[in-house]
Amino acid sequence: MNIFVCIKQVPDTETKIRIKGDKSGIETNDVKWIVSPYDEFAIEEALRAKAFLKTGTVTVVTVGPDRAVEALRTGLAMGADTAVHVRWETSCNVSIAKAVAEVVKKENGSVIFSGKQAIDDDQGVVFAYTAELLNWPSTSTVSKVEFGTDGKSVTVEKEVDGSARHKIAMNTPCVIAMTKGINAPRYASLPGIMAAKKKTVKVYSPSDLGLSDSPLLKDFDYELPPERKAGIKLSGEIPAQVAELVKRLREEAKVI
Amino acid sequence: MIGFALTDDQLALAEMVRKFVDNDIIPVAAKYDESGEFPHELIKKAWELGLMNLAIPQNLGGLGLGVLEDVIINEELGAGCLGMTTSISVNNLGLYPILLNGTDKQIEQFVAPFLKSPILASFCLTEPGSGSDAGSLSTHAKEDGDHWVINGSKMWITNAGFANQFTVFATVNRELKARGIVCLVVPADAKGVSLGKPENKMGQRASDTRAITFDNVRVPKSHLIGKVGEGFRIALTTLDHTRPPIAAGAVGAARAAMNYAIKYAKERKQFNQPIANFQGIQFMLADMATSIEAGRLMCHKAAWLLDQERHAEANLMSAHAKRFSADMAMQVATDAVQIFGGYGYTKEYPVEKIMRDVKLVQIYEGTSQVQRIVISRALLKD
Amino acid sequence: MKVFVVAEHKDGKLKRVSAEVVAEFGRQGQEVTALVLGSGDLNAITGDLAKAGASKIIVLEHADLKDYSTEGYANAAHAYLSSQGAEVIASGGQGKDFMPRLAAKFGVGVANDCTSFGLASGKLTVRRPVFAGKCSKSVEFLKSPAMFTLRPNVVSSEGKTAAGTVERVAATPGAIRTKVAEVIASAAKKVELTEADIIISGGRSLKSADNFKILHECAAVVGAAVGASRAAVDAGYAPHAMQVGQTGKTVSPKLYIACGISGAIQHLAGMRTSKVIVAINKDAEAPIFQKADYGIVGDLFEVVPLLTAELKKLKG
Repeated sequence: MNIFVCIKQVPDTETKIRIKGDKSGIETNDVKWIVSPYDEFAIEEALRAKAFLKTGTVTVVTVGPDRAVEALRTGLAMGADTAVHVRWETSCNVSIAKAVAEVVKKENGSVIFSGKQAIDDDQGVVFAYTAELLNWPSTSTVSKVEFGTDGKSVTVEKEVDGSARHKIAMNTPCVIAMTKGINAPRYASLPGIMAAKKKTVKVYSPSDLGLSDSPLLKDFDYELPPERKAGIKLSGEIPAQVAELVKRLREEAKVI
Repeated sequence: MIGFALTDDQLALAEMVRKFVDNDIIPVAAKYDESGEFPHELIKKAWELGLMNLAIPQNLGGLGLGVLEDVIINEELGAGCLGMTTSISVNNLGLYPILLNGTDKQIEQFVAPFLKSPILASFCLTEPGSGSDAGSLSTHAKEDGDHWVINGSKMWITNAGFANQFTVFATVNRELKARGIVCLVVPADAKGVSLGKPENKMGQRASDTRAITFDNVRVPKSHLIGKVGEGFRIALTTLDHTRPPIAAGAVGAARAAMNYAIKYAKERKQFNQPIANFQGIQFMLADMATSIEAGRLMCHKAAWLLDQERHAEANLMSAHAKRFSADMAMQVATDAVQIFGGYGYTKEYPVEKIMRDVKLVQIYEGTSQVQRIVISRALLKD
Repeated sequence: MKVFVVAEHKDGKLKRVSAEVVAEFGRQGQEVTALVLGSGDLNAITGDLAKAGASKIIVLEHADLKDYSTEGYANAAHAYLSSQGAEVIASGGQGKDFMPRLAAKFGVGVANDCTSFGLASGKLTVRRPVFAGKCSKSVEFLKSPAMFTLRPNVVSSEGKTAAGTVERVAATPGAIRTKVAEVIASAAKKVELTEADIIISGGRSLKSADNFKILHECAAVVGAAVGASRAAVDAGYAPHAMQVGQTGKTVSPKLYIACGISGAIQHLAGMRTSKVIVAINKDAEAPIFQKADYGIVGDLFEVVPLLTAELKKLKG
């Protein structure tokens, strides 16, 4: 079983977003880059699946600029066996999906794990698009993964809406996208960090994969949301404040 | 040429520890501070992450890393909880005497087991009647056939209640003073070892601190590290290695206090504006930042000298780093409480804990005054 | 333009977000054909779509479409739409799940979770949040059909009733390789966070999972959903499904009541588009008060039960 974990390097969740002067994107100068948190769940789940199946490899794959190799190093330090870096600075998620599909074909991947979405673009497109390109089944918002001992069948729990979950059976090859709560990702341990240096990162260019960038969507006019103004702090005894609040919510804001 | 850049591995290490601290330590630090419980689970986790026993050589399966890595780890841990930092890093104090002076066989026997499971070692030097004047210790060791027999008491022993092994300094003859000291490895379950109650401390309450009494405790002669009379030198060279990490813990605590103060100063409004707008606050923050930067540089330099095995220079630089960082952190924490005002004096906010915690750094592993003695002696020697 | 909206439904009812998409196209003077995938009695759904403004409704019928599946929806929708000359294909919240696969079949891009869209001179432009709402951007489609999904609760579902002529077509959902083996917990009685009009959320100061019951009691009075901050979820007080913020759900209710939530940047990102925000916090300096329309400085354990009682009085 060759588990491919599709990961993305994204700005840290603490990042204060600043927009470029021409509104074509965000400023990335001072950004601290991390592995998208949902993708970390996918790495952890892949390592657990490999341990359960007692065979196979875990490969982390990313499509991105030079700096994205740090995300792969994190995956390797957590325990992934190998890494693939498609060095391609594209903002088009369809291009990324095509690249992942080509890599998985070339490297004989048998299953793809990923996060349910990257926390920068919030789209959840890449894994599903890749699945369709490969003609593999896919399931997202997965909160539990259980492989059959043969590694052929897999049962996942999908969070449907809020508190409901569906137990879904599939066969490999397939694509599984994880949501939060599925596991607590391990930290890259110090021995792991040192061992990661000795592992290989295979590099592809888009042309190695027979791809070229032809964007299907055009992004523009990035804007920060309007600042919310601080409203009023109520005053007086707490019970009076609560009564006042309910009155204002009903009469002034008209929301109850 | 001069360079201050950390390697990719060191940066990744710092990042990993920061994550561990943010996710696992900070959320529970106040709880352990309040209860004074020992954080077994967190120590186990730190061990699993490879944050303990860094210096164990690679041929034994260790990482064989240097003091600089310890410094990096401790700054990050110190930003979370200094008590836990102490508990996590004290194995180094217990194991360095053996690593630096033991035979291959002793290292295999007394150090290698620390790679197999998250067990603890304590360093037993200080006594009820001998603190800064460590050479005057009175715990006695006597040869008896194939064994050493130890009698006496030790005080303020970190992790004593949960340690598997003690590195004990004792004298064969008090009249010989520093030249009569031996270093012995004592298993915690040896007959005649008894532990005091955990001390109810002002700060660093997540670390375990106790007295130990040795009553006719017998250990085989193979447990003697170095030669008879070398014990005092062994203790001092060990402390040279652990002072920079201890100092770095204080740097981390100071950094945390400053960051809390910055955040609060931007939120807290007085006279219709954030107090961060006032120069009185701005200058306090600026001074904190400069001091923290200076402390970190000293810690890194002292660690670098040790890793280069430039021991004579390292001895002095370790003293500089420890003295400066401890006093600096106390000042920074006190100022952070000041910026928080009344709120800072309550347990609702984390700065008062940092203030209590860093006080101990001015005292343990050589007080700030002892560091000044080391420094002034170096300055005045002919 | 030829606009198709793939409707979503559950338990025989149209999801409100589908009505929202249809009604918004109507407000912009655009005719809409709605697609309903399913089997059995779908009359309530087609009726609601007509009410929202769908001029034509295509019911794609097949036993395998009785329950939602990613592949079934993507396959059946593609099989039908590929010969319809669709220029725009839109859907609601669940669309995020099947629309990427449908887009791959068409070889086009897709914009998920949009908060507005507009048609001008034969071109569709959408606006959507990125970084969980820390900023937003416009997206244009360079290849037809333009495909997007709309976030629930961002536009009104009140449309002008249209003819809603229903045409039934046998669907071809193809092989559905994911089988629902078991439904574990039913969401029937709970209000879905992203669709709720009122959300009452708790932070780490709730101190335990048990204490969340005071929020649930309050929520029950006004039919609100209960949310939680990341700190509360990480501390184990609430399941992740309840998390609001950057690594949880992004919500836009009419009323958001934040109890004991300080207002970290990641949390604010997830709820800043709420119409009205109420903050209840002991700490008068908590950043949440900077974003709240109404604030009460006080202990949530005192304030929330009083609020519950006050709302009960109101609801009589």
